[in-house]
Amino acid sequence: MLTLGLLLAFLRLTKGPSLPDRVVALELIATIVVAIIGVHAIDTGVSSFLDIAIVMALTAFLAAIGFARFLERGGPRDD
Amino acid sequence: MIEWLISGLVLLGSALMLLAAIGALRLPDLPTRMHATTKSGALGTSVVMIGVAFYFADAPITFRAMAIIGFIMLTAPVAAHVIGRAAYFVGVPLWDRTVKDILKESYDPKTHYLRSGFEDIDKQQEERQKQDTDKQ
Repeated sequence: MLTLGLLLAFLRLTKGPSLPDRVVALELIATIVVAIIGVHAIDTGVSSFLDIAIVMALTAFLAAIGFARFLERGGPRDD
Repeated sequence: MIEWLISGLVLLGSALMLLAAIGALRLPDLPTRMHATTKSGALGTSVVMIGVAFYFADAPITFRAMAIIGFIMLTAPVAAHVIGRAAYFVGVPLWDRTVKDILKESYDPKTHYLRSGFEDIDKQQEERQKQDTDKQ
């Protein structure tokens, strides 16, 4: 189910009509990857994967903020 | 018994993530897509992490899972707000069947100035005060 969700989000990422759509898709992909890391930690029984999940969530948030800054300060405008 | 709880939580979280992805793919414009991915995605990840915490049943790992949940619950709305704001500034088109766009009447995309609708009342009050001082 998670891989199917990942696939659908990737479709939106490739198809997305505008740049913010792609940013939203990237954030969804990061969230799904965090969930996949959690399931993998259950599967293998290695709890250290949760640290990687924390880092993943942090990076996704910073990437979203950075993209938004880029868009607000002179990204591609169409007006 | 606890296995049933864990598998139920993980399956529920996965279903929510799948729902978020379907919403991101199928919904017509950016705000509705963000509505799907932010809420459903954050809840799905949180439910999966609760399942992880139940599986390991260990204090540090539970704390880590709680940290992930808190972080995602804290950052998802902020990120969505910032992206939505940037997208509105850039001028991403809304759905052609959007019913109401309140910002459109009071917002100037060139100067980034947002009227609140109270400017006229403020002006009237200033004039009244001026008249009062003139009388005195």
